[in-house]
Amino acid sequence: MNELVDIPSSVANRIGRIQYEQEGGFPVERGYIWTTCASVENGNPLFWDDETSFELTNGPVAPPSMLSVWFRPHHWSPGLTEPAVPLQAHFDLKDELDLPEAVISSNTNTFHEPVRVGDRVRSRQILRSISEPKRTKLGQGRFWVIDVEYLNQDNHLLGVESYTAFGYRREGA
Amino acid sequence: MTHRLLHGDISVGDKVPALGVDVTATTVVLGASASRDWRPMHHDKDFAVERNGMRDIFLNTPNQAAWFERYVTDWTGPTGRLGRMTFRMNTSVFPGDHMVFDATVTHTEVDATGCGWVDLDVTLMVGEVPATACAIRVAVPIDDDDNPWTRRHDDWCPDFES
Repeated sequence: MNELVDIPSSVANRIGRIQYEQEGGFPVERGYIWTTCASVENGNPLFWDDETSFELTNGPVAPPSMLSVWFRPHHWSPGLTEPAVPLQAHFDLKDELDLPEAVISSNTNTFHEPVRVGDRVRSRQILRSISEPKRTKLGQGRFWVIDVEYLNQDNHLLGVESYTAFGYRREGA
Repeated sequence: MTHRLLHGDISVGDKVPALGVDVTATTVVLGASASRDWRPMHHDKDFAVERNGMRDIFLNTPNQAAWFERYVTDWTGPTGRLGRMTFRMNTSVFPGDHMVFDATVTHTEVDATGCGWVDLDVTLMVGEVPATACAIRVAVPIDDDDNPWTRRHDDWCPDFES
């Protein structure tokens, strides 16, 4: 089996630095909230009933677990020649470390200010760590941790998603 | 009126009623689409098998988070507000699987700001296999006049160490 490439200094130097600060492609909207609730049969009246949302949250909010929805790019938009990918810092690592496959092995999401309909959500990605080479049942590779911070138009922190991924090469590949 | 669980109603060791769901290809694709996740392993079986070495398309991570949220807030009612969620996927969830969510309360606490927190260990089982383990921290009202959703800034501390 081929040895893994060393971690290039250009990659190591990015640890702890903010990357890919960008605004979501559209304001938070109820269509996606309802589609998400439908996908998991979530009947929470907070998301379906205006009276409940005004009573509890002073207007409609999104389920906290939808945080990542608001930064995922359109698959196509005018002028785009390649499909856009979310979590670009993750795909950069796959390329730079020559690890063609990857899975997200764990996730910690912390939720702060409620995400409100009409919010313009801004995100930024921060590479936190890269492991030494590891071998799992999937193949040989490395784990890495990337945080995505989300802020609203008032610069209030909405939440942080911390992804632990395993980038790997399949055995024999 | 929708039920609203209060902090005093909850004790360590309490069990949340189980939720069973039959997973279909539609479950997977709808979940991926709702979370704007266009990666092919969540809608293209050939890609999932040939590129990822999986046996089929599988539930994506954000949609699993939505399932966990739904499961816990079904229990708390709409005044339950998620603070933190940590999950670890052990195996993937595929069409044809029957997933079962269950949960146990592991900790309760009223923090220094007066916010009532409940920690739960939630498991997504497929058959006898724990597919995903999830630790959830949710705030619930401490009395009928309390509403965790009104907490902001320094009065909302989901990262505290219990």
